[in-house]
Amino acid sequence: MNGLATALITLLRRDLILALRRRQDALVVLGFFVVVVSLFPLGVGPDPQLLRSMAPGVLWVSALLATMLSLERLFSDDFRDGSLEQILLAPQPLSLLVGSKILAHWLITGLPLVLISPLLGMQLGLDGTEILTLMAALLLGTPILSLVGAIGAALTLGLRGGGVLISLLILPLYVPALVLGAGAVDAVMYGSSAQAHLSLMAALLILTLLLAPWAIAAALRIMLD
Amino acid sequence: MSHAAHVVFPAHRLDVEGLVAERGERLLIQGLGFSLAGGELLQVAGRNGAGKTTLLRILCGLSRPLEGRICWDSVPVQHLEDGPAAHLAYLGHTNALKDELSGEENLRIQSALQGRRVGRDEAWEVLGRMGLGGHEDLPVKFLSQGQKRRVALARLLLVRRPLWILDEPFAALDVQVIEVLRSALEAHLAANGMIILTTHQAVPIKGRQRTLTLGKAA
Repeated sequence: MNGLATALITLLRRDLILALRRRQDALVVLGFFVVVVSLFPLGVGPDPQLLRSMAPGVLWVSALLATMLSLERLFSDDFRDGSLEQILLAPQPLSLLVGSKILAHWLITGLPLVLISPLLGMQLGLDGTEILTLMAALLLGTPILSLVGAIGAALTLGLRGGGVLISLLILPLYVPALVLGAGAVDAVMYGSSAQAHLSLMAALLILTLLLAPWAIAAALRIMLD
Repeated sequence: MSHAAHVVFPAHRLDVEGLVAERGERLLIQGLGFSLAGGELLQVAGRNGAGKTTLLRILCGLSRPLEGRICWDSVPVQHLEDGPAAHLAYLGHTNALKDELSGEENLRIQSALQGRRVGRDEAWEVLGRMGLGGHEDLPVKFLSQGQKRRVALARLLLVRRPLWILDEPFAALDVQVIEVLRSALEAHLAANGMIILTTHQAVPIKGRQRTLTLGKAA
């Protein structure tokens, strides 16, 4: 194994081990997602038809908010204890190392949201194909949330009230993912195909995958200067 | 202690020319230049706020100077093949340790990130040398400040870089650890390594050394 692969796998493993030893962080995000989605029926009333038509939007907005919750700590822990400086000094390209950290973030926070979404979909009255579409859309969409969110996390590193600032900075950038993701489930619900939405979502994922790590690396260098 | 002497670094040199740096609109360093060769120690002195940490961070490539050149073996550091920091190990005010990981895990992860894979035995051996025997697999959060610093110092020994850049390495250490660190520094110089450090304490270190005082004009 060469040095680059070793470094990337090491960083990924490190973040996963840390998440395992601080399990409450990941569980809080998941719990938040479940609670917010479950509050809607209490708020708007138990009309099944209404809940069903609202479900895609509710699930997606909740997923966005849950992701926001986890972003602040993405780089700030490493920043505070000095690990981030050491990552910047590593002989490997920073954008790839950052990619490794984001993959870990997605595995810890994004993937659990995807996995629990069928349960919440059923709770809101979605049927089989709609739930499958929801999962596919979340599977393509949550990595986008992690990647774009990481740009905000990097830009607000070390600032007071960084968490609120991330939300203001990043939530508008989440609009395309939200529209496409909720739209995919809506399309299936009204009898057409979700293929267009999912293809666009995949294209968006590829685009952010290409651009975000580079932007994050640049932001980190500036914030640590 | 004759440890760490089994690696001897080939001859390297660090040249700094015409360095200008500012911190928040205030010009801190103006036209600074120096050279350092293998086996030499440079102590950066100066009052608080004179730009010592700024200078060290510039030498690491973490901050960018307004002007000036930093060359490693006559190559500007930006053009080095393995990136601007592959020849150095930096120890800042923070220890860069993860509280939830053990000393051994911290060391092996950090070394792998810096491009050197370290086995369990080697990590344990270095921790033992630092007087941390018996604490190798304890999460770092259960260690005292001084013990954490020792783990961070063990990292310096493991990554085997010729240039050490140390910001206040003696701060908050007890006499015993100062002694361990002092002998580690001497061994590094004896192995033809270079050291740049800031310190407020006068710790006698054997070897060729110079002092650079910042902020004399102010």
